[in-house]
Amino acid sequence: MPPILEVQNLVKNYGDFAAVKGISFNIKEGEIFSLLGPNGAGKTTTISMLSTLYAPSSGDATIDGHSVTKNPMAVKQVIGVVPQELALYEDLTARENLIFWGQMYGLSGKPLNGRVDEVLEQIGLTEKAKNRVKTYSGGMKRRVNIGVGLLHKPRLLFMDEPTVGIDPQSRRAILDTVKDLNRQGMTVLYTTHYMEEAQELSDRVGIIDHGELIALGTQKELTQQVGQTETLILHIGENDDSEALAKSLEGVKDVLEALATDHEVSVIAHEAEDVLAAVVTKANERGIKIHSIDIREPNLEAVFLHLTGRALRD
Amino acid sequence: MKKLFLIGIKDLRLIFRDRAALIFMLLAPFLLTIGMGFVTGRFSGGASGLSDIPVIIVNLDNDQLGDALADVFSSEELADLMEPTASSDPAAARRLIDEDEAAAAVIIPEGFTASIIPARGTTFDQNYVAPEPVQIEVYTNPSRPTSAGVVKAIVDEFVSRVEEGRTSGITSLLQLMSSGLLNLQNAESEASNLFQDVDESQSTAITLKSNVQGAEAIEFDILAFMAPGMALLFLMYTVSYGGRSILTERSQGTLPRLLVSPTSASQVLGGKVLGIFFAGVAQVGILILASSVFFGVKWGDALGLAILILATVFGAAGWGMLITALARSPGQVASVGSAIMLIFGILGGSFVQLDQLPPFVQTLSKITPNAWGLNGFTTLALGGTLPNLIEPVTALLIMGALLFGIAVVLFNRNGIMQK
Repeated sequence: MPPILEVQNLVKNYGDFAAVKGISFNIKEGEIFSLLGPNGAGKTTTISMLSTLYAPSSGDATIDGHSVTKNPMAVKQVIGVVPQELALYEDLTARENLIFWGQMYGLSGKPLNGRVDEVLEQIGLTEKAKNRVKTYSGGMKRRVNIGVGLLHKPRLLFMDEPTVGIDPQSRRAILDTVKDLNRQGMTVLYTTHYMEEAQELSDRVGIIDHGELIALGTQKELTQQVGQTETLILHIGENDDSEALAKSLEGVKDVLEALATDHEVSVIAHEAEDVLAAVVTKANERGIKIHSIDIREPNLEAVFLHLTGRALRD
Repeated sequence: MKKLFLIGIKDLRLIFRDRAALIFMLLAPFLLTIGMGFVTGRFSGGASGLSDIPVIIVNLDNDQLGDALADVFSSEELADLMEPTASSDPAAARRLIDEDEAAAAVIIPEGFTASIIPARGTTFDQNYVAPEPVQIEVYTNPSRPTSAGVVKAIVDEFVSRVEEGRTSGITSLLQLMSSGLLNLQNAESEASNLFQDVDESQSTAITLKSNVQGAEAIEFDILAFMAPGMALLFLMYTVSYGGRSILTERSQGTLPRLLVSPTSASQVLGGKVLGIFFAGVAQVGILILASSVFFGVKWGDALGLAILILATVFGAAGWGMLITALARSPGQVASVGSAIMLIFGILGGSFVQLDQLPPFVQTLSKITPNAWGLNGFTTLALGGTLPNLIEPVTALLIMGALLFGIAVVLFNRNGIMQK
């Protein structure tokens, strides 16, 4: 089966600034594919090009065989988009919003009303469907925002950081919704800068940074890139010199790598316990007070750290 | 087309859910109309506001119809509205108008009656040569367009009544003759009697009109000027609000969302324009309906009124789109829109009758939908019908089309329909 989405050397320049620098990847039908990267990495620009909102500076992408540059109307019939920012009419009720957006996708009459009822049920807002959106909590608005993207049962759903700025309960509900949709056969392209979300949802992950796709594969394939290692994270004081501590740890027995970030030093080793005593000693020697220590199994955060030398949230 | 309509209806719904917008669109013009009504004495049975219009009557005809028209201006019914002065010198009359001494001069040429009513004994004379038709001249004062418009409307009404009488009379006589019910000898006296009615009946041209619409229909009600004046003033608010919604949709993310749905940019823009148009028509329609229901204002010809409302909103919507196309943010549209609303209100005669403004302001007023709209509403209130609205309606349609064209070019150039 050919991929539902094929991205070929997609580039987006704004004057001299390259927001996306020739990325290429495929998404198979039925997959959840995450684009993981920090803010400003180029995730939203990529989705905007794939959803035909922005014209690429060069390169192309095909969705269900239709080029996003040459046949955008055909592409729009296949995709659903859940934008990062809420895109709703707050003076309309949830039902009125869904009906309007359904009409924009060509739905009408009984099929539209039936579909609106289904979506309201799916996002858990049947009871409050007649309330104006402006009276909703942030989480409820997010759910309506997602519901709009589902109305026409798209084969490929683009979700651009749908959990930004919401409470943990709503976040949980959204992640469960994504998994449900995928179980029903919907292909999902999900962008996030939360490593946990990408880990929980994705069949495959593309790691994007500064407009470049720097890694691509299943989680297992990606974590293997950093080897079977563990990461020891030292949380230190604001005034302590993390750079100096990281440098002093280079060459310590069993320490593979030491990286400094704000108030943290990440120490990578095959077994964290093997280096723990030496790390604490080095910190004491430098008069650095350790507030807490985390030990992390290999994960996407470690992959990102390994590939970029920065944490995802930097 | 369906999507345009759906977007337009959605925008109409949104604007009617915005309380602040409703206050500006409906409540403010309604209250201001009431206030102006009190100020002008409309609610205390006072004059209409337009009164004692100075008009010079030059009756060179001195025959049945010429005298009848002169009598119209000095009739009891128009005593408050008109202040006629008789003159026998057309050149002197025109000069007085040029010197702003009166609103208009009505010059009834010699032979006017004879050109319409043949002299006895000549009608069926085979050698009879009908005289060249002569026309009444209304020499108007451009600095008093409303007052001059009233004079012109009265003359138009008289002429149209005479013309109507002549046509229907001749048709009836010919039918009676062809059916043998009237012989040649009697026909001439019957024909003469038909025209006799025009000046003999106490019904002047004005009150003849009342046979159809009620005697008061032709009386100029100041609210028929004030109410549309206020409605048109705040119509500019509505169209700029509508234009602002394009930029608001862009900033709130619904415009990009529309553009990633199977809806083209031109459909979205068309829908937004339709929304502005719907809102404007609803606003003016509601205000006009309210002034009819609450104040008893008579708006005249319904078809003319409907077409005038549509044309006025179209012209105003063009301005709304242009303001939007030139602005960078919804806030800019709001502030520029408010300024334009007030400027157009002053220029267009919403606050002060154009007659009382300097000639260059009156010329400048032609760029405003307010002036053309008021011109049309005044014409209707004075008994005019659709054919009398050709000039304002055409001007408004040209204005709207031109401004929309410029706005679309600017939209494309500035990429407003992009995220």
